[in-house]
Amino acid sequence: MAAVDRTQHPQITVSDGALIPDRAEKTIFSAWRISFFGAIGLLILLPLLSPTPYWDILRFVPDGIISTFQVTVSSILIALVIGLFTGLGRISRITIINRIATIYVEVIRGIPLLVQLFYIYYALGQFVAVPRLSAAIIAMSVCYGAYMGEIFRAGILSVPKGQMEAALALGLSRGQAMRKVILPQTMRLILPPIGNEFIALLKDSSLVSILAVSDILRRGREYAATTFRYFEAYTVVALIYLVMTLFFSKLVSIMEERLEHGGN
Amino acid sequence: METRVRIENATKLFGKRGEITALRDVSLQVMPGQVFLVIGPSGSGKSTLLRSINRLETLTSGSIWIDKDEVTNPHGDIRQIREEVGMVFQSFNLFPHLTAVENILLAPATVKREPREQALPRARQLLERVGLSDKENAYPLQLSGGQQQRVAIARALAMNPKVMLFDEPTSALDPEMIKEVLDVMLDLARDGMTMLVVSHEMGFARAAADSVVFMDEGQIIEIGTPEQIFDAATEPRTQKFLKHIL
Repeated sequence: MAAVDRTQHPQITVSDGALIPDRAEKTIFSAWRISFFGAIGLLILLPLLSPTPYWDILRFVPDGIISTFQVTVSSILIALVIGLFTGLGRISRITIINRIATIYVEVIRGIPLLVQLFYIYYALGQFVAVPRLSAAIIAMSVCYGAYMGEIFRAGILSVPKGQMEAALALGLSRGQAMRKVILPQTMRLILPPIGNEFIALLKDSSLVSILAVSDILRRGREYAATTFRYFEAYTVVALIYLVMTLFFSKLVSIMEERLEHGGN
Repeated sequence: METRVRIENATKLFGKRGEITALRDVSLQVMPGQVFLVIGPSGSGKSTLLRSINRLETLTSGSIWIDKDEVTNPHGDIRQIREEVGMVFQSFNLFPHLTAVENILLAPATVKREPREQALPRARQLLERVGLSDKENAYPLQLSGGQQQRVAIARALAMNPKVMLFDEPTSALDPEMIKEVLDVMLDLARDGMTMLVVSHEMGFARAAADSVVFMDEGQIIEIGTPEQIFDAATEPRTQKFLKHIL
């Protein structure tokens, strides 16, 4: 049954190096469990063993989680919309639309995210003043929109050609066929890669700290700058990121499993 | 009587410089209620001809008419014509994310905006007609090939087409499932549906076809009744081909 499913629903692998746990690894001491519970254990143990500075750090830094998630969630939602249109543009038969979408993807993928952040906040900031948080969200979503576009494109192209033909033969327009027939089939294929992008974006969101958006990293820096406790502050920052990304990795892997085995 | 399907000098060239000829000057007239079987070696253009009738392929030159509507008119409303032309594919092409009954309901709901309470009884009737009342809520992957193809026929019928096109409807099926699909097609033919069928099912042809069309290299080589073609073909190419498939 599994073999049949795989041919019917080809998997697309778009990875940005997110740590997706191997589902075959069922032992208690899997890499994921050791890392995840190890990190949580350290976050509990360290403040207990030496309350200063760890307890202080733990009271100061997590405020940044809100900003981190603000940037991550807003950016992924906007990137999804941009990605959908970019993906459709990339497969469009109208040359001009196709060309614009492709150029967008090429240009964005060719410029480091950090440079894009600087560009939108500082370079474009000379002409229009964009608030820090908005600049951060714009830069992240424009950047990830390009990657998302490739995921949508791969997802749409993985649906057999006969599906569009059958829909057209029934009298549906291309748009109707896309909405009712192609995209619903694409969703289950692209959910896991989108989950990976979310994790990658969560990590990359630490870059916005250079725009003085007070995310987790920025809060850690601020604490370290006033107390000179660099080692302790960045240890906590690293552990918080680790717990979050490992948590979401697990979520994505569970989702992948559900999609593979469940339903139709 | 008016022709239902009229094909005039249909020519289709493929390739960058049009170096591959899929159809060359094909003309054919099908009257309402007639059943045509199209046979020929692979690459002879029979599928291209069928797919041109609802413009899944566009002709290089020539014209095709369904009643008074010109399919090949680039400014015409192809979607409206497609509503009137049902198509059944070799690989079924059911929508895998929808149940059998939802597959049938999709086009009436989306294209004709039929309310569900009106479309649902009809969809169930169609499922009953193809003998799959008990599979209403099954997903395509839970059905056998023969069952999937019967749902696909019901799906095409849901738009009340004037013409049904069958593109090798039984070629992807295991032998024991071919009959159940052919039985549905025979039933349709008896009901007076106009049908163009690309298939080598001679039993079906003898039972239901008014004409058999033999195509080779993009051209119609010979047309006749099933008996004329299968038992007394005059063209050497037809004779040679029939020797291969008999």
